[in-house]
Amino acid sequence: MMKITAYADQVSVAPGETINFMVNCVSKSFKADIVKLICGDTNPDGPGYKEKVIRTAVSGTYKGRRQRIHAGSFVEIGNAEVFNRLQSFTLQAFIWPTTPEKGRQTVISNWSHVEQSGAQLIIEADNGGVGLTLGAGKGKVQTFATGKPLLTQEWYFIAASFDAKTKTIQLIQEPLHTHVGCNDQARQTRIAKFGKSPLHNYLVTLGAQFLRHDKGRIVCQHHYNGKIDSPRIASRALDLSEMEALKRNVVPSALTDDVVAAWDFSVDITGTCVRDITENRLHGEIVNLPARGMTGWNWSGDEMSWRHQPEQYGAIHFHDDDLYDAGWEVDFSLVVPKKLKSGLYAARLRCGDDGDSEDYVPFAILPPRGTATSKICFLLPTGSYMAYANEHMAVDVPIAQLLSGRLLEHDRQDIYRHEHREYGASCYDTHSDGSGICYSSRLRPILNMRPKCRAWIGGKGSALWQFNADTHIIAWLEALGYEYDVVTDEELHRDGLAAIAGYDAVLSSSHPEYQSRQMWDAMDAYQQTGGRLMYLGGNGWYWRIAYHSELPGVMEVRRAEGGIRAWEARTGEYYHSFTGEYGGLWRRNGRAPQRIVGTGFSAQGFDISSYYARKPDSYKKEIRWIMDGVGKNERIGDFGLVGGGAAGLELDRADTSLGTPPGAYILASSEKHTDIYLVVCEELLINYPGLGGHESPMVRADMVFYPTSNGGGLFATSSIAWSGSLSHNSYENNVSQITKNVLDRFIGKKPLLD
Amino acid sequence: MAKYKDAQENYFPTADDRLLIEEFKQNPIGHHSPDLQRLLNRLRSVPMAGKHCLVVLDPNRQWQLAKTTGVRGEPVKLLPQRFTNLVDAEWHVFKLRWKALTGETLVK
Repeated sequence: MMKITAYADQVSVAPGETINFMVNCVSKSFKADIVKLICGDTNPDGPGYKEKVIRTAVSGTYKGRRQRIHAGSFVEIGNAEVFNRLQSFTLQAFIWPTTPEKGRQTVISNWSHVEQSGAQLIIEADNGGVGLTLGAGKGKVQTFATGKPLLTQEWYFIAASFDAKTKTIQLIQEPLHTHVGCNDQARQTRIAKFGKSPLHNYLVTLGAQFLRHDKGRIVCQHHYNGKIDSPRIASRALDLSEMEALKRNVVPSALTDDVVAAWDFSVDITGTCVRDITENRLHGEIVNLPARGMTGWNWSGDEMSWRHQPEQYGAIHFHDDDLYDAGWEVDFSLVVPKKLKSGLYAARLRCGDDGDSEDYVPFAILPPRGTATSKICFLLPTGSYMAYANEHMAVDVPIAQLLSGRLLEHDRQDIYRHEHREYGASCYDTHSDGSGICYSSRLRPILNMRPKCRAWIGGKGSALWQFNADTHIIAWLEALGYEYDVVTDEELHRDGLAAIAGYDAVLSSSHPEYQSRQMWDAMDAYQQTGGRLMYLGGNGWYWRIAYHSELPGVMEVRRAEGGIRAWEARTGEYYHSFTGEYGGLWRRNGRAPQRIVGTGFSAQGFDISSYYARKPDSYKKEIRWIMDGVGKNERIGDFGLVGGGAAGLELDRADTSLGTPPGAYILASSEKHTDIYLVVCEELLINYPGLGGHESPMVRADMVFYPTSNGGGLFATSSIAWSGSLSHNSYENNVSQITKNVLDRFIGKKPLLD
Repeated sequence: MAKYKDAQENYFPTADDRLLIEEFKQNPIGHHSPDLQRLLNRLRSVPMAGKHCLVVLDPNRQWQLAKTTGVRGEPVKLLPQRFTNLVDAEWHVFKLRWKALTGETLVK
């Protein structure tokens, strides 16, 4: 078990700026150092792990302490004096439960755990139906439930009212579905044993029950899984017609004096605030990012975007495993020395000698803001890292062994995060209720974004994926003596073209899959203004993502109507809640990857990799320089640490119908892939036999080059495995040679066409 | 492999199927004949509860056999077998899965 885990408040930081580190450590103390990361691959068959300790003020021993993560989303309304007046009340909402069988779950709560006092509208444990819990302190707690199990993923109108004078409780459980034979409707009246002032000036929460405070964080329990729409609190026991009148997001004038709070989740969907439409203005804040922009109880199916009919998107989907910010306290900070060169760095933390006593927190040191200190920029794909952050497919998804064509390997980081689900999952996983995870944050330990980390999806051999695979590109730059800066997706998104305009060449990572519109536009502008991009990976520029306008370090992806999807967004929920943009594949947004990097995702498989064979274009005299040192008919990359070849894992092909420029040179194409490799599903209008690597011509990676406007250029390897072949034979091989030929030309003074 | 199973999901290996065993032993990861690929698809698609996997003891050098539980948050269950190459691990698990599928015990 890992004895130390940590994260930072930023993923990129410039000289003179401060980055804070938060550490959870079971030992009494830990040692911290800043290291420059060079090669994170521990495979003894490769170049070996390489890092360099950097002398900074951080180096030292720190006191260890346990820091916990409290996952699970809810809305915090806060304390309100108005609740102290309430003797009688009504709590009502629409709900769409997803795990009613899971245990007690709270919909609306005004409750003191210490005093065991207040009231809660709940789903009773073991799907005992809608219920009301009343607490009058001193052990006087009663729960009344309908006893009618709720169906999963069906809308219900639910309410509980309490009349303090008569101690009468009314429970309403009205299904909106019309299924025959379901005994899930209830209108029940009960009498409470006690009835003194059940609502108080306690914290009001929606979607969970307040438990306690922990170092400034609100800790809840009895988290609800599912959607809540239009929650209301009234100051007396309403009758059915009055409840009915409150279903819409307008408070009738006749009820103005009786309604304490009426929250409209369709307002400010892009933000964190939850609006109360009554004059009490009991606005709330979402905690741990429950999903917004969700179809509500009244969604008709006529409109797909919440921007067009927000009144039909008044639902928030809560999950008991949502997580935004772990919220740990800072253990140490680094003020980046002004002379420290831009590069890939990490805080190295150790509390013992074994592997479980070590963790790394990687981050980029940028060049000084507004400057470029090298000709070369390595673009660190932090958005894509976040999409894969703490991915759990190896233990959750039975097809993972089919995708990889072999037994799955679990490393220590895998084992720890699989046992600690509170660390949150990735956009490749599903929540505990089976719904897709559309948000991912970096404000938590991301245990698969680490050096020395292996991945089940990373092919036979070094088993590298994303961050650790990308260290092979860093190691290659270092080995060949290139000066380079590191810039991340977050700068590209925020600063646009200015983030990379100063570089002669930009090198992509092995898998820059996730791109916001701002990032896409910036990279397009870079190429059109003379910039030169080396796309050294596969399946890039595939998914459209959005960043939050208020919250740092979190991205969103909606897995909409096409593409290789680990889950599927529900119909009507294809639009980002962060921005209102239509989500899904860039291809379905009119910008197929071929338009920006010449090639686009065509096939995937995760067992072994293959090689490229040269194509006639590679011999054309105007671009023959790319293949300098490569023999005629020589196989390119029939070696490597990722699956044994340079063409592997995810493969892209050129296709002029999707945007590959007509003047593109097809330099080489991969071949001889296994039948584990299959054509991507967005290519399948009609499914048909013969889609595996042995038969389909679409299972290939095309190596492509073409010039762009104003002297710019594009070189694409179109394979994730490429970086794993760079170090073969001490960097003397044709993959390294081609990469060097292109980079030298891209940063040199010669035009790109001879 | 036997391309069809009966309504009770029973699997009856044929003489041809046994030829696939040797093919697998020769090359457990990589290019396979269509029949072996179909067999492996069957063997590798078992549910997560009790599904074999490997825990890395020493990267690229030593692994320990384990099983996932299919329950979120539950640790993988370590088994006693250790391997110093992946081919041995694949063959060991192949035999276990063949036995579960057919009832037959394969010997080395």
